[in-house]
Amino acid sequence: MNKYTLVVGLEIHVELKTKSKMFCQCSADYFGKEPNTNTCPVCLGMPGALPVPNRTAIEWAIKIGQALNCKINNHSKFDRKHYFYPDLPKAYQISQYDEPFAVGGELVIASAAKQSNSKEIATSTTSPRNDKTFRITRVHLEEDTGKLTHEGDDSLVDFNRSSVPLVEIVTEPDFDNVEDIKAFLEELHTIIKYLDVSDANMEEGSMRIEPNISLMLVHPPSSGHPLPEGGPAHDLPFKGSTPPKAEGGMLRELPHYKVEVKNINSFNFAKKAIEYEMIRQAAILDKGETPTQETRGYNEDKKITYSQRSKEDAKDYRYFPEPDIPPIELTDKEIEDIRSTISELPAERRARYVQEYNLKASDAALLCRDIEISQYFEKVLAHIDKGFEVNVSNAIINKKISTDLSPEDFAKQLTEMAKPKEVDEDKLASVIASVLSSNPKQVESYKAGKTGLLQFFIGQVMKEMKGQADPQMLQKLIEEKLS
Amino acid sequence: MVQGEGCKTIMNIFGTSITQLRELIKQKKVSPAEVWEYFAKRSKLNDEKLGIFITRLNTPLQKVDNLELPLAGIPFSMKDTYNTKDIRTTAASKVLENYIPQYNATVYQRLINAGAMLVGKTNCDAWGHGSSTENSDYKITKNPWNTEYVAGGSSGGSAAAVATNSTVFDIGEDTGGSIRLPAAFCGIIGLKVTYGLVSRYGCVAYASSLDTVGPMATTVEDVAIVLEVIAGNDTYDGTSTSIKSFEYKKTLNDSIEGLTIGVPKEYMTDGIDADVRSRVEESIDVYRKLGATIKEISLPHTKYAISTYYLLATSETSSNLARYDGIRYGYNRAAFGPEAMRRIMLGSYTLSAGYYDQYYKKALKVRTKIHEDFEQAFKEVDVIAAPVSPTPAFKIGEKASDPLQMYLSDVLTVSINIAGIPSLSIPVGLTSNNLPVGMQLIGNHFEEAKLLNIAHQFEQETHFFDVIEKGRKKYE
Repeated sequence: MNKYTLVVGLEIHVELKTKSKMFCQCSADYFGKEPNTNTCPVCLGMPGALPVPNRTAIEWAIKIGQALNCKINNHSKFDRKHYFYPDLPKAYQISQYDEPFAVGGELVIASAAKQSNSKEIATSTTSPRNDKTFRITRVHLEEDTGKLTHEGDDSLVDFNRSSVPLVEIVTEPDFDNVEDIKAFLEELHTIIKYLDVSDANMEEGSMRIEPNISLMLVHPPSSGHPLPEGGPAHDLPFKGSTPPKAEGGMLRELPHYKVEVKNINSFNFAKKAIEYEMIRQAAILDKGETPTQETRGYNEDKKITYSQRSKEDAKDYRYFPEPDIPPIELTDKEIEDIRSTISELPAERRARYVQEYNLKASDAALLCRDIEISQYFEKVLAHIDKGFEVNVSNAIINKKISTDLSPEDFAKQLTEMAKPKEVDEDKLASVIASVLSSNPKQVESYKAGKTGLLQFFIGQVMKEMKGQADPQMLQKLIEEKLS
Repeated sequence: MVQGEGCKTIMNIFGTSITQLRELIKQKKVSPAEVWEYFAKRSKLNDEKLGIFITRLNTPLQKVDNLELPLAGIPFSMKDTYNTKDIRTTAASKVLENYIPQYNATVYQRLINAGAMLVGKTNCDAWGHGSSTENSDYKITKNPWNTEYVAGGSSGGSAAAVATNSTVFDIGEDTGGSIRLPAAFCGIIGLKVTYGLVSRYGCVAYASSLDTVGPMATTVEDVAIVLEVIAGNDTYDGTSTSIKSFEYKKTLNDSIEGLTIGVPKEYMTDGIDADVRSRVEESIDVYRKLGATIKEISLPHTKYAISTYYLLATSETSSNLARYDGIRYGYNRAAFGPEAMRRIMLGSYTLSAGYYDQYYKKALKVRTKIHEDFEQAFKEVDVIAAPVSPTPAFKIGEKASDPLQMYLSDVLTVSINIAGIPSLSIPVGLTSNNLPVGMQLIGNHFEEAKLLNIAHQFEQETHFFDVIEKGRKKYE
C-alpha cells in the first residue's frame, strides 16, 4: 500500500567562479592551495577589516535568478547571520535575509518519474503531461566559510575558502519523487554551466545540495494536488508548531516536521539519502510517532543519514542588516542589462535543435545536457552542409566518431563515411572473375537454379575487397557475369 | 629653549601648530627626528602623570625625507582602536592585549604617506564603550585640568594627549560623542565627521553604522589640514564617500555675515549645567556680533535619541565583538570587561528572535525620525550650535557605578551620530571650577568646510578665550 507521499524542498549552494572573493580582493580560486595562503584581513575577519561587495558576484547571482525565471528586486541588502563556528572568522556570515536579489521563480523540467517507484511509498502520477514546474522560492548571495579538517585530536582550520561567493537557491517543497529531484538538479547544473558562473563541481564542493525531507499521508484522489496553495510552508522556519495530529500512525495534515540532510556531494548520493530517509521516516510514522525535526548528515560509505543537530538546538541567528554594506539599488535598466548578458539557455537550445535541425527531442536533450558537447556539435555544423545535422548528432551520441578530434576533422570524417564508396572497378572485375573461377561447383549450381548462392559470391568478393564495395552494385555485377 | 638630555638644544617648538612646525622643519631649523624625539619625551612625561597612552613608540617608524609633504615631520597620536601594522592594537581591551595587526588602517596609512610621524597609541574606553575612559582595561586617563576629574571618553587619551601638547594632533573615533565629549572636557577642538567622509577601514569596530574617524587638535586650521589628508573615497570601505578629495583650508577665512545659526531648545533645557549654559550663550553672542542671525529651532525627537542610540549601538557591538571568541586572539571571552559584557548582552537580546521588531526595527524607524528633524532644521538654518555635554568633566568614580547616568553624558551628542552628520566641538570658556566647556557646531552632510570656517572665525575673534593656551601651559 502506498501510504505516504514524499515532500521535498531543496537548498542548493553554488560557488561562483569570480576572479576575486565576495568581499575582498583575494582570489576566489582556492581549490588545492596551501592552507591559509589565500587570505587577507577581510576574509580572516581581522579587527577593523571591512567587506566591500563584489559587483560581478552580484550580477551573476542575479543572472541565476533570471535564468530561473525569478523576479529581481530593485532593492536588496545584505544581512549578518550570527553563529559561532571555528571556520567562521567574524562569527557571522554575510548573507541575505528578507531582501534577497531574486524571488518567486520556477523551473520546468521533463518529469523523469516512473509510474510506480516503490512498493512502500507512492509517487505522484497525477500530471498527465510530462512537463513539471518546480517553484523557486528565492536566490540569494552569501559568503562561504573556511574549512575544518580533523587530524587525531587536532582540528585545523583553513581560511582559503573563506568569503568565496556562494549563491543559495531555495525551492518550494514541490518534489514528490527522487527521479524528479535528480532531473531538476541535473537541469539546474546544466543551467549554471550555460551561464558560465560556476564550475558547479559536486566533488570539489562548488555545488552542494541540502534536501529538506518529510513524508505525508497520501490524500484521497478527490483532494487533488497534495500541496495546496497556502498550506503549511515547508521551507519556512517552524515556529513551535503543534505536532501533527497522529491517529493510528496516519497523518491528517501536511507534515509539520522536516529533516534537512547536509554533506551530499553527488546527484546519486542525494537520491540515496532521500531514499534512505523515506524508509527511515516511514518506519517512525508507522509507529504513530513523528520524526524529529533535525539536521542530518549523509555517510556515503554506509549509505545512511545520521543525526547532527536537533530542532531543540536550533540557533537564533540574530539577523540584522549588514551596516558595513549599503543596500543595493538596481534600476530596471540595470536589471535588463544583466539579463541581456545571458546567452541561450538549455531549454531554448533543445527547442532550437528540434525545430531547426529536426533532431529528436531525446537526442537534443542528450546533446544539450553538457554545454561542451553542444558547443562541439555546433562547431562541427559549421563545417557541414545543411541537412546533415541529424547525422552529426547521431555520430556524437553513438560515439561513431571521436569527439577528441577537432570539429573540422570530425566533419571531414563524417563526410567520408557518408559518401558512397569509390571503387576501383578494374580490381572489382578481376576479384569477381577470380572468385567465380575458383568456385566452379557453386557457379554450376547457381546456373542450375540455386540463385541463393548469389549471397555466397557477394560475401566472397566482399571478403577479398575488405568490405570496400557496395553490396548492391556487387549483386548487379555478379548477376551480369553469371547470366 | 628646552634642554635635551645631552648638551643638545633645539628650537622651542612647544605649542606650535602644524603650519608653524612645518615651516620650522622646512627651514631646517629643526629636523623631523628632533621633533619626534621632543614629543616622545613629552608623551612619556605626561603619560606618567595622566595615563594617556597604551603604547608609546621608542623610535620613529620612518624617516621623513620629502619635506614638501603636507604633514612632513609632524608628530601625532591615535586612539588605540586603529590597526597599525606590527604595533599592537588593543582597543583598550585585554582581549586584544597581544594583538599585533598585519595591516594598516586607511587613515593611518594616509597620515604616514603624508609624512606624519606616530608617537603613540592612546588610551580609551575599551572598544569605545564609555564616556570617561574609566572603562579602559588598562588605566584611567585623568583630566589635564584637574587630575581628580575624568578626561571624557571614549577618546580620553587622545584629548589629553593633544591638550598637554604631548602630540600635535590626534585621530580619535566618535560613535556617540567619543571625540567631542573628551575634546570639550579637556578644552581642545574635536571633529566628528559626516559618516562616510573618512574611511573606517582598519578601525576596530564599535558600532559600524555610527563609527566615525576624525581629528583632534588645537587650532581649526590644523583640523582642516589633517582632514584634507584623511578624507575621501577608500575602496576598502563600502560606506565611504565616492568623492575623492576635499578642500577645507581655503574657505577658513570666508566671511560668516548673514549666516543663520539654529539653537535647538531641546539642547538648552534646565538640565544643562548653569556654567555650561552661560558659556554657550556667550559664544552665541560672539556669533551675533560677527553678523550671524540666531534662531531658536526644535529637534522634537531628541528625547528618543539615547534609547535609540543604545539599542543600535549595542546591537551592532554585540555582532562586531562576536569574533573575539577565544579561538584566535589569545584570550577567551572572560577577558571582556564588565561594560563590554553589558553591551554584548543588551545587543544580543535586542537582536534575538521575537525582540528584533520590538527593539532594533523600532530603533531604526526612530533613527529616520531623528534624521528628519535635522533635515527640517537645515531648511531653516545653516548650522546648529549646542552644548557638547550637559555638564563639564565629572569626578573620577562619580558615575562609574551607575551605567545609566554615564549613558546620559552622551545625551547631546548621540543624535548627530544617528543622523550621520558632522559636528565640531570647540572650547568656549571655563566653568567657575576651572574646567573647560565645549560647544558643538553641527552641520548638514559633508558640510565640514562650513563648520571649520565658522569655528575659525570664532577662533580669530576669541582665541577660544585662551582655554587651549591655559591648558597647555600647565604642562610646559
